[in-house]
Amino acid sequence: MSGESALLIDFGSTYTKLRAIDLDAGTILGAGQGPSTVTSDINVGLDAALGDLETALGSLPDFRHRLASSSAAGGLAMVTVGLVKELTAEAARLAALGAGAKLIGAHAYKLTDKDAAGIAAQKPDILLLAGGTDGGNEETIRWNAEKLAAAGLACPVIVAGNRVCADDVAETLQGAGIDARVAGNVMPEFNVLDVEPARAAIRDVFIERIVHAKGIDRAEARFDAVLMPTPAAVMEGARLLAAGNDAFPGWGDLLVVDVGGATTDVHSIAEGAPVSGSVIQYGLPEPYAKRTVEGDLGMRHNARTIVATAGEDAFVRESGFSADRIDAFLAAIEADPERLPENDDERDFDAALARSAVARAVKRHAGRIEIKQSVTGPVTVQYGKDLTAVGTVIGTGGVLVHGDQADDILHAALFDEEDAQSLRPKKPKLMIDNAYSLYAVGLLADAAPDAALRFAHNNIAGNPASGKEGIHGRSPAA
Amino acid sequence: MSLTPEQRGKLTLVTGVIGADTHIVGNRILSMALEKEGYKVVALGALTPAEDFIKAAIETAADAILVSSLYGQGELDCRGFRDMCIEAGLEDITLYVGGNLVVGKQSWNDVEARYREMGFNRAFPPGTRTPDVVDMLDQDLKGRAGGAAA
Ligand code: B12
Repeated sequence: MSGESALLIDFGSTYTKLRAIDLDAGTILGAGQGPSTVTSDINVGLDAALGDLETALGSLPDFRHRLASSSAAGGLAMVTVGLVKELTAEAARLAALGAGAKLIGAHAYKLTDKDAAGIAAQKPDILLLAGGTDGGNEETIRWNAEKLAAAGLACPVIVAGNRVCADDVAETLQGAGIDARVAGNVMPEFNVLDVEPARAAIRDVFIERIVHAKGIDRAEARFDAVLMPTPAAVMEGARLLAAGNDAFPGWGDLLVVDVGGATTDVHSIAEGAPVSGSVIQYGLPEPYAKRTVEGDLGMRHNARTIVATAGEDAFVRESGFSADRIDAFLAAIEADPERLPENDDERDFDAALARSAVARAVKRHAGRIEIKQSVTGPVTVQYGKDLTAVGTVIGTGGVLVHGDQADDILHAALFDEEDAQSLRPKKPKLMIDNAYSLYAVGLLADAAPDAALRFAHNNIAGNPASGKEGIHGRSPAA
Repeated sequence: MSLTPEQRGKLTLVTGVIGADTHIVGNRILSMALEKEGYKVVALGALTPAEDFIKAAIETAADAILVSSLYGQGELDCRGFRDMCIEAGLEDITLYVGGNLVVGKQSWNDVEARYREMGFNRAFPPGTRTPDVVDMLDQDLKGRAGGAAA
């Protein structure tokens, strides 16, 4: 061990995972894992994980930083409420996802008593309340605040709507005993997105309240801070990698695909403006750092949906397996969602599932063009982000890290001539994050950016087919 | 009687060119002129579907929507526009339409009557000057400029 080191903790839903990092060398010193014990005493799992790490290292160093992220106890469960579905409601949704939340509800227009009661019963961790541009519609956000207050909502609310009435709205909620805070409007002007203030507010509430609510602070003597939800750490890592700093040049626009057991997450760090001047951008502009979560595309918890989404016939053709065999594979996975592939056929089947999940998830995330026929001839209109020029695609998740077909799987994220309207990356470098290091990079981004970048450059490998140095049994998301 | 720029600043107008129509020049001139006179303008630009005018008007609590149509298909594109507004809770919004509203030369009185029937408060013929539009808006919206512009 050459010099300073950091301990990174991921309080996950199944495991408490540790990684010790050499900050000077940018290497992994070792890893440890214990069960997730948030529901009883978080310390039990953390002790087990520390013991595991100590065994790996011989002794535990005096860590310079001890930083944690959490996706424990169901992750950061959020509900968003906005006015027009495609405008402030969508902006609120994008802000929550970007903050690393697990969206359990997204509402638009006026809530009914029943809607509000349903939201209160869901017991989200945070509710994000938007609606109206600054100086625009006040009626709906006021109405929705009344309904939520009357429904006995218990969680903190971030008010990120029309600033003219935001304070009033917060007061209404406070009057019902709700912790309500005002953040900048997610859509201050028509079609202008500003999700950063809301994201920062979500992060604050997470640190101040959610960490306590989930019982993670019982272990607070053993770490410096729980900084953010785990998915937000991945996003922060990707952002730092794209931007770089004085010591390490940024990688520029990039896409991260995380194929997990329950969801497939896609992050893009790119403006995504039309590449050609003759293309007209249409609809809501999307955030520079955008995250989408595909809850129907998980390798283990909804493998059957992946097949159904692809279409069974198409999946038979693509995978090379008969419908009967596919059904048998799926049945085996459903019987044991923790199951890892045991032979070549199962590995091939998993790879086919992953290709399908990646193709679908990236297609949903990326923008598209449509040719509108006008009287003079065709006009090209772009919806969402143009990711064709993205220079780097980084894959992570168990099937990519531990399988032997990562290159093939990541290719499914790319532009497809036969589906040329979908603006997916054309000629990116394909990389694999073998050690699930992006989340570590995100946690270290503020405290030690140089070390974080050194670590990323060492651990995110450019030749997916060859580099396979997974250090843990499963990626946190699997 | 015309409004002061301060009064106009309390009023929000949504503008755009409806349907598959790319004639943006007149609409842009109009939008810029209205902004210069003090109105708050949300300009949606060319190729704007009818429902987008309405969505923008809801979020911004707009007082009026100004629809441009130049390429001759306005009657098709604007059909049901007022009904959609009513459906979306914008029953009181002021609706204007202007440009080359029909194909070829037709009697303006007929054209105007047809658009009035569709629920537009006013229709404007080709060659309309922007100061005239400002006068009309001042007149039609003065009731909303004083207090709460809902
Ligand atoms: C330039 C132009 C084009 C350019 C447009 C470039 C662009 N992106 O803007 C191009 C070459 C692309 C084009 C294409 C076509 N055009 Co053209 N074009 C014109 C032209 C010559 C000038 C339009 C212009 O910019 N005028 C200047 C501006 C300042 O005036 P304006 O648009 O009328 O706007 C003013 C007022 O009308 C008013 N106003 C406008 N909107 C509103 C709204 C409200 C609420 C109010 C109060 C007032 C208001 O205020 C504005 C400012 O003073 C006109 C003929 C003409 N001289 O008007 C034909 C004209 C509009 N085009 C015409 C046609 C047919 C076409 C095409 C269908 C041709 C074809 N067959 O391919 C295509 C359609 C393309 C499409 N999908 O939209 C016809 C429309 C006929 C009709 N309505 O029956 C016209 C009238 C020519 C003609 N006499 O035949 N065109």
